[in-house]
Amino acid sequence: MQLWLDILSWILLSGGGLFVLIGGIGIIRLPDLYTRMHAASLTDTMGTVMILVGIMVQAGLSLASFKLAAITVFLLLTGPTATYALANAAMLAGRHPKDVEMPPDLPEDLRL
Amino acid sequence: MIGLYAVIAKPNLMKKLLGLSIFQAAVFLLYITLDKVEGGTAPIIQPGAVDQLYSNPLPQVLILTAIVVGISTIALGLAVVVRIFEAYGTIEDDEIQRADSQE
Amino acid sequence: MTVLFGMFLLTLLVISAIGIVRARNLFVAVMLTGIFSLLMAANFFILDAADVALTEAAVGAGVSTVLLLGALALIPPNENRSKRVRWLVVSVVTLTAITLGYATFENPRLGDPEAPVHQHVAPWYLEQTPVLIDIPNVVTAVLGSYRGYDTLGEVLVVLTAGIGVLFLLGLPGAYGGRKTEDVARGRTYLSHHLVPQVVGQLLIPFIILFALYVQFHGEYGPGGGFQAGAIFAAALILFALIQGEREALTLIPPRVLVVLMATGALLYGSVGVLTMLLGANFLEYGVLSSDPVKGQQWGIILIELGVGISVASVLLAIYHAFAARGR
Repeated sequence: MQLWLDILSWILLSGGGLFVLIGGIGIIRLPDLYTRMHAASLTDTMGTVMILVGIMVQAGLSLASFKLAAITVFLLLTGPTATYALANAAMLAGRHPKDVEMPPDLPEDLRL
Repeated sequence: MIGLYAVIAKPNLMKKLLGLSIFQAAVFLLYITLDKVEGGTAPIIQPGAVDQLYSNPLPQVLILTAIVVGISTIALGLAVVVRIFEAYGTIEDDEIQRADSQE
Repeated sequence: MTVLFGMFLLTLLVISAIGIVRARNLFVAVMLTGIFSLLMAANFFILDAADVALTEAAVGAGVSTVLLLGALALIPPNENRSKRVRWLVVSVVTLTAITLGYATFENPRLGDPEAPVHQHVAPWYLEQTPVLIDIPNVVTAVLGSYRGYDTLGEVLVVLTAGIGVLFLLGLPGAYGGRKTEDVARGRTYLSHHLVPQVVGQLLIPFIILFALYVQFHGEYGPGGGFQAGAIFAAALILFALIQGEREALTLIPPRVLVVLMATGALLYGSVGVLTMLLGANFLEYGVLSSDPVKGQQWGIILIELGVGISVASVLLAIYHAFAARGR
């Protein structure tokens, strides 16, 4: 049983690390602010959740794993909110996504 | 070291402040590094564990104080920079010196 | 293993430090400073300094970044590129670096238990704390009791910084002559973005709860007054960011804030005076209760409370001073 738990947490931790790596590559290679935020949010959610669940499996059912679950919930709440706020701030500051086709009949105040 | 360079060389006042904070952080790191004991753990006494090796708590206390003092200094420095900007219109110190010598 | 992590983190630290110095846009520099603080906190943690890591994370990566951004809103965002390399500065810095590097060869090996720094007072602290004070967190014990004077001085430094910032920038409604009504109404901030508002309002009570937990748990785990004060200030700054400056200033009026700043320091000092009145020396907590150990614990709780109140209100006041100016 312990072996299965270890294998599971090993898979989760490596998977989490892989997602963080993918997110990092994405931030560098993607062309635009908004697409980069997609990559960053990948790190935030998948990477964090997998790593923390991997640690939780290692810790067993205890106070530590409860605290880790609370941290996961907290991060899942704040991460996407931060991404939203960032995207909104960028939009307000005037940075528009590139290569976006506006339909010609869109009212003026909805245009980017 | 990088912090020291930033404080002296960069004419922009804001950069000077940031360099100061880097400088401070480096000093903190030096202190805390001195204080680690191999195989020790954080100096919070576990009930019932005897012969547990702890890392030295003393530099940690000093650094705790130093961090808070550091941020107070940075805050005050920022206020000064803001006022200077309002008074001179710039925060590059060569321009400020020029403005001063032309008074 | 520690060395490996440490080297990795140190490399990242150096890279971000170079980035801070070279970044032309000050906003980028401030963000890199936040990352730098977070890396510092991680570094402290793997060096077994849990309290310091918590403080650095809360104060350095959290509140300090907010204050830098607040100041950044008031000054030009870019720095003029200096056109020539200043050889004198480079040579001075290199000379200093070489001297310091040479000096570190004399240092004891990392983690050496026989090093001088571990020999004199530290073992005494570690052995005597269960006997004299009986709280598990030795750092808080040293901070609050053995080195209580230092902490009093620190609270006064924080208070002085707050007073200084208020002198320079002024709070609307308290000092500086601006009226609270002149401050921009709430809608200029995040308040009309629904997602941060909802999530933020959901989180603020938990953040405050956590701040109180850290405050009162400072004796049993990492924590204590400074961290709790910073976290509490962060919660209220979040409120100010979401609801708007005007609402935040109505929630805690500037006059109350100024009084709170002094109250923290006053609490600390009065504990000391109280012990004097009870017949012992200044800040000798043993006389606060019939059992000297309990007295020590009471003393530490009270002064940590004073520290927390002071730090929270000073940080909040400084934030308001920056945020309410020029809007």
